[in-house]
Amino acid sequence: MPDGLVLAAWLIAFAQALLYVALAPLLVGWVRKVKARLQNRRGASLFQPYADLRKLLIKETRVPHTASPLFRMAPYIVFVATWLAAATVPLVALDLPVARIADIIVLVGLLALARFFLALAGMDVGTAFGGMGASREMLISSLAEPAMLMAVFTLAMTAHSTSLESVMSHHLADGFVLRPSYLFALGALLLVALAECGRIPVDNPATHLELTMIHEAMLLEYSGRHLALMEWAAQVKLLLYGVLIANVFFPWGVGREFTPLALGLGLLAVLAKLALLGAALATAEHVMAKMRLFRAPAFLNLALLLALLGLLSHVILEIGA
Amino acid sequence: MTLALLPLLQQFVLLLAALVMFLSFVLLAQARLISAIHSFAWQGALVAAVTLTVAVAGETHHLYFSAILTLALKALLIPWMLHRLTRRLGLERHTEDLHWPTLAIMAAVVLVIFSYWLVTPMVAQGLAFTRNIIAVSLAVVLIGLLMMVVRQQAVAQVLGFMSMENGLFLAAVSATAGMPLVVELGVAFDVLVAMVLFGVFFFQIRESIDSLDVDRLNRLTETADPVGANPFATTDEVSQ
Repeated sequence: MPDGLVLAAWLIAFAQALLYVALAPLLVGWVRKVKARLQNRRGASLFQPYADLRKLLIKETRVPHTASPLFRMAPYIVFVATWLAAATVPLVALDLPVARIADIIVLVGLLALARFFLALAGMDVGTAFGGMGASREMLISSLAEPAMLMAVFTLAMTAHSTSLESVMSHHLADGFVLRPSYLFALGALLLVALAECGRIPVDNPATHLELTMIHEAMLLEYSGRHLALMEWAAQVKLLLYGVLIANVFFPWGVGREFTPLALGLGLLAVLAKLALLGAALATAEHVMAKMRLFRAPAFLNLALLLALLGLLSHVILEIGA
Repeated sequence: MTLALLPLLQQFVLLLAALVMFLSFVLLAQARLISAIHSFAWQGALVAAVTLTVAVAGETHHLYFSAILTLALKALLIPWMLHRLTRRLGLERHTEDLHWPTLAIMAAVVLVIFSYWLVTPMVAQGLAFTRNIIAVSLAVVLIGLLMMVVRQQAVAQVLGFMSMENGLFLAAVSATAGMPLVVELGVAFDVLVAMVLFGVFFFQIRESIDSLDVDRLNRLTETADPVGANPFATTDEVSQ
């Protein structure tokens, strides 16, 4: 690859990473808007999450007396780790240099790092809710991570590579193929995404009800820019899972060349896919009720079973003896 | 041979077969009786869809008839009969907790792997595109068997039995492009008669032990109270 092209690729990768941070609040706003319309409310503006973040960023940041330095560091670590993880997922274009640096396992690892510091920060102040939220978060993630890895391995077996980019280009090169394993992996990843992003059957993002919250419980002591970073990281994580599902299973439209036309088309395609996925998420949240925490393991066992079946059906049905 | 080279219809058959296998898992772990009957109906509908797609893909016309027969019998008539039975037995809201749900599911996964291992030398002979489905149908049969072992509720055991038949039918359709019509009709009526007999049996069992929990058949005493499970209590009663 000539030097100019490499530079352009890096620039596009950088722009894509910035796009993740810029678009994440919009997706949350869209989901809230659709949900409000479904409940016959007018709902807040699509750009309300941006206003919320701005408000939090200018507000004074208070830190509890009992907090250690870790409490101050955690928001930055969580945000940067989530952002780095997001940067490895192709958003508008393939063949970017970041995809060659990090594969799906690195992505899972970066998300685990963010979660680790989030849980530590929750426990750091020593309040009851923080510890409870951290323990619940770890319970859910310890069950969700195997399911996610198993689903990812199903994809990797088809493409013979754990790099997201080659999974996507393999899928694009094959054209439209009905793969049972992809269907199962899609189901598994959807369930894992619901659990990991704290959406409704597992956690309710709209409530601060003491006994049910998971993610919010860890953030109770945060304020100001720390809180803004934590919430922004959660929004980026939702966008990351959305793009992962939309682009890996339906990669059509993603830009394959570095021309403005291809990139613009890629952006339009991913926005359309995310709008559909966000509307589906809002509808699902509208019709489902939050389940008890002790039902969450059964929910994630279903995700693990789906991922396992994806792996098995790949071996049994797709390879051919 | 890879999947991407197959025509779309044949890929669709493989997809449907995978879904049939998934529904077997759903049946195995479903605690609510009514939902289990619904999943059984869906499994029957999927088997009918497999038959129909094989008929369209392979241009075997007599399979159209068996597709219609399967749909009418396994997706509509038998689930309807089971539904009516559970209503008459007052079991609409019955839920049955498996003792170790995750363990049962993992056992079923092991059965899938086992049936794949069993079938591998067979499919090496090179049958039609549907040969890979044989492993799936064998797995469906074995999971039905497992369901009859781990479930305690008589209706759920019958569902396991019926889903075994689904697996056999799937194997017949996929491996040999369907059985002769006479055989198929015979099997269909056998299943129907079995269903009627099961219905009679349910009432008999309930009359004698006041429940459809088959575990209670193991007890030797005729007392209906749960204390009867305690051996000390029974000896007391016997001595009196």
